[in-house]
Amino acid sequence: MAELNSKIPKGELAQKWTEYKSHTNLVNPSNKRRLEIIVVGTGLAGASAAASLGELGFKVKNFCYQDSPRRAHSIAAQGGINAAKNYQNDGDSVYRLFYDTIKGGDYRSREANVYRLAEVSNAIIDQCVAQGVPFAREYGGLLDNRSFGGAQVSRTFYARGQTGQQLLLGAYSALSRQVKKGNVELFTRHEMLDVVLVDGRARGIIVRDLVTGAIERHAAHAVVLATGGYGNVFFLSTNAMGSNATAIWKAYKRGAVFGNPSFTQIHPTCIPVHGDFQSKLTLMSESLRNDGRIWVPKNKEDAEKIRHGQLKPIQIAEEDRDYYLERRYPAFGNLVPRDVASRAAKERCDAGYGVGETGLAVYLDFSESINRLGKNVIEERYGNLFQMYEKIVDENPYKTPMMIYPAVHYTMGGLWVDYELMTTIPGLFVIGEANFSDHGANRLGASALMQGLADGYFVLPYTIQNYLSDQIRIPNFSPDLPEFRKTETEATERLKKLMNVKGTKTVDSFHKRLGMILWEYVGMGRNAEGLKKAIPKIAALREEFWKDVKVTGDFNEINPELEKAGRVADFLELGELIARDALSRNESCGGHFREEYQTPEGEALRDDQNLMFVSAWEFTGENSEPVMNKEPLNYEFVEVKQRNYK
Amino acid sequence: MDLTLKIWRQKNASSKGKFVTYKVNDISPNSSFLEMMDILNESLVVKGEDPVAFDHDCREGICGACSLYINGRPHGPDAAITTCQLHMRRFKDGDTIVIEPWRARPFPVLRDLIVDRTSFDKIIQAGGYISVNTGGIPDANAIPIPKINADLSMDAASCIGCGACVAACKNASAMLFVSAKVSQFALLPQGKVEAAERVQAMVAEMDRLGFGNCTNTGACEAECPKEISITNIARMNREFLCSKIGAPKVKIGAGGF
Ligand SMILES: Cc1cc2nc3c(=O)[nH]c(=O)nc-3n(C[C@H](O)[C@H](O)[C@H](O)COP(=O)(O)OP(=O)(O)OC[C@H]3O[C@@H](n4cnc5c(N)ncnc54)[C@H](O)[C@@H]3O)c2cc1C
Ligand code: SF4
Ligand code: FES
Repeated sequence: MAELNSKIPKGELAQKWTEYKSHTNLVNPSNKRRLEIIVVGTGLAGASAAASLGELGFKVKNFCYQDSPRRAHSIAAQGGINAAKNYQNDGDSVYRLFYDTIKGGDYRSREANVYRLAEVSNAIIDQCVAQGVPFAREYGGLLDNRSFGGAQVSRTFYARGQTGQQLLLGAYSALSRQVKKGNVELFTRHEMLDVVLVDGRARGIIVRDLVTGAIERHAAHAVVLATGGYGNVFFLSTNAMGSNATAIWKAYKRGAVFGNPSFTQIHPTCIPVHGDFQSKLTLMSESLRNDGRIWVPKNKEDAEKIRHGQLKPIQIAEEDRDYYLERRYPAFGNLVPRDVASRAAKERCDAGYGVGETGLAVYLDFSESINRLGKNVIEERYGNLFQMYEKIVDENPYKTPMMIYPAVHYTMGGLWVDYELMTTIPGLFVIGEANFSDHGANRLGASALMQGLADGYFVLPYTIQNYLSDQIRIPNFSPDLPEFRKTETEATERLKKLMNVKGTKTVDSFHKRLGMILWEYVGMGRNAEGLKKAIPKIAALREEFWKDVKVTGDFNEINPELEKAGRVADFLELGELIARDALSRNESCGGHFREEYQTPEGEALRDDQNLMFVSAWEFTGENSEPVMNKEPLNYEFVEVKQRNYK
Repeated sequence: MDLTLKIWRQKNASSKGKFVTYKVNDISPNSSFLEMMDILNESLVVKGEDPVAFDHDCREGICGACSLYINGRPHGPDAAITTCQLHMRRFKDGDTIVIEPWRARPFPVLRDLIVDRTSFDKIIQAGGYISVNTGGIPDANAIPIPKINADLSMDAASCIGCGACVAACKNASAMLFVSAKVSQFALLPQGKVEAAERVQAMVAEMDRLGFGNCTNTGACEAECPKEISITNIARMNREFLCSKIGAPKVKIGAGGF
């Protein structure tokens, strides 16, 4: 069994991080130059970490699969980033941000980590403004805020509907500065295939140069994974096409335990699926719920007519509309957390009130706020989202309500890390969406960007030094060690094996089938019976994949089919672990909704007596079942309650 | 709908490319342009042929990866969108569509429709930043910024680095891209401190990488999916002139600043 030591510092909640920083071991400047760090990923987490570590004087190698670090998936984040600045004087504080995040995560995250996150949030905003991030401002010249789900204060900073883009470009510019200074070396169009362990410590990675196809070995004193989430395991999601789990999955198979794999987030406001040729889903930012009201027709007959094109939504009278979120949750209304909003939409559609051709859609209506605030205000706030919607759906959301439906969006689960963001493999750190750390069973809107930048700018640069401080005597070891060669051979052989199957079915066809199994049995509503079906179905699909997949092209050239095949091979393994984790957790919490466990009103029913722990899964071999370890969660500073947004 | 596609195929950077004609049938007008390409590629894979390689990732118009020349226009016939936001309802049943990579000397073709745009990263590395380290920063509201400047800065900062401006320009000039970054910072008090060094370093790098001169044809602005305005080029020219008069000369290759 893996040993799970969360390394949470002792002391008062508000003092833990300060205490830690005061006492942790640091590396002196001349030694920093001798220490090498590999950072995989150039999203908010990776770019901010690589830049900050470079500034400190470490020698950094930074990898991404895109042609430029600026294209990492973080670029697509729309709505905003939280911080406890209390600029609106509406009662916000570090404690309140901490509390909202713990409660939003349905009491399945660590108090100490979440408090630290809230504590460093303000410095992130300062940092970004200094970098030239053009956040939205008020006429007086000060920063503007908006509200997001799960909070009763306005603490979300934003740059139109392109917050992720602007934050990432800020981190990318800091990174570019370090590249110019020679502190960071960039490797774009490089995909990490495996992590290399020497004497039980992470000492490097194996990558494939996606242009030449060459397999390369890279060594370092520590390895940081910032490779993002694994939502694409569902095939259809809001993630970028290339988002993948390969790096963290390979680390899992080398001994890093995987935390809460089944905690996946289904986002309530996405453009509904429209055809089987569909390649991805498009998010409509949660910020829209500030000014949009969600409804379905009150009468089934009206819904039916809308589905058949005989009625238009604007023809439904006000009293015949069911604003079901405002009805069920008067205190939070349209701003309930994502898991709650998603389930409520599913409930209405399953009950026959859904709209759109498929009946799998609800309305998000701006008419009231357009009347109240004027079209130009709405345009200024959400113009690019409205344009995006119109391009895809071919309808004008200023005139007719948007249609939305929940879609896979984010993964709270990820590699298990301790307070220092280190996995169970010494020297292997994980930051950003790729780790499991801060969001429990449900992430609040605008908190992923906060976490990515908190990890990269303000947490990892400290905690990694505690590890590196006793690594200074280790010489620059060579990637020619037998451990490197062996891992390289294994990675190469796996890809060659994929190419040699020479079957009849495309990679995408397998990916779609995996997605369908997961969406049906491991999606918004899960139950033991379904999960027990899903596990053998995924195993069978995986077997079929390795017998019948067809990968065209050559190894030593740009080969997108081979890239996809490698990623899907890993998703086919990860999918099964997700189902196992969901089956083992006999409760409903956050995004994990087990239909057997709900209150009479249909709310999630936790089992705090027995299940207040992190499920930390350990790989035990290709043909044996993984083992679940438990990290108990102790709530010393907040009272654990049933979440109530009514 | 049924379509004929004439697509540029090129095995790698050193080989010669050529157009190859393909037919695709039963394409839904609601599918996106790249989904239509996926359908073509699926059919090629099943036949055992190499699928057409193209860059893409976010598929929602923000990462700047997609980069196709469609019927002679970067990002296709519609204004203010990227290729991945283009939908097939824009075409007619029976149309022939010509699909090429960006064509510009600083963006060599790597395979089929994929080009190498690392020169854009190099321009940013030359000076597209404000030199602040992590931490120890004064409060974000310490310096109020007039909303109008913040908005103009945001307009410029919306550039996605796709390279359509370069592809559209007969001189392969990168002025729109560079001026967008220069303007974003020049409009903010935080960026003013290094304004002179920045503009000189970025322009010098742009020239070194072989991008052409700007002759004010405006093709870049017309094809830019983010509607980056050429007024940014005017602003950059002003910044550049001022920097020549007032500011210290940068030492090229001095290792950033
Ligand atoms: C459409 C959308 C909108 C969102 N909006 C918001 C929002 O408004 N607010 C908010 O807080 N959060 C939002 N999120 C969530 C947030 O964007 C992400 O959680 C966050 O950006 C993840 O950042 P990251 O740095 O961890 O990873 P990513 O940005 O996903 O970066 C991953 C990096 O790893 C690299 N990589 C991955 N695998 C490999 C490999 N095998 N080898 C080499 N490199 C690899 C990639 O190249 C990339 O550079 C949104 C998400 C989506 C999908
Ligand atoms: S200026 Fe416009 S066309 Fe040029 S790179 Fe930026 S977004 Fe693309
Ligand atoms: S794929 Fe990202 S902009 Fe087109």
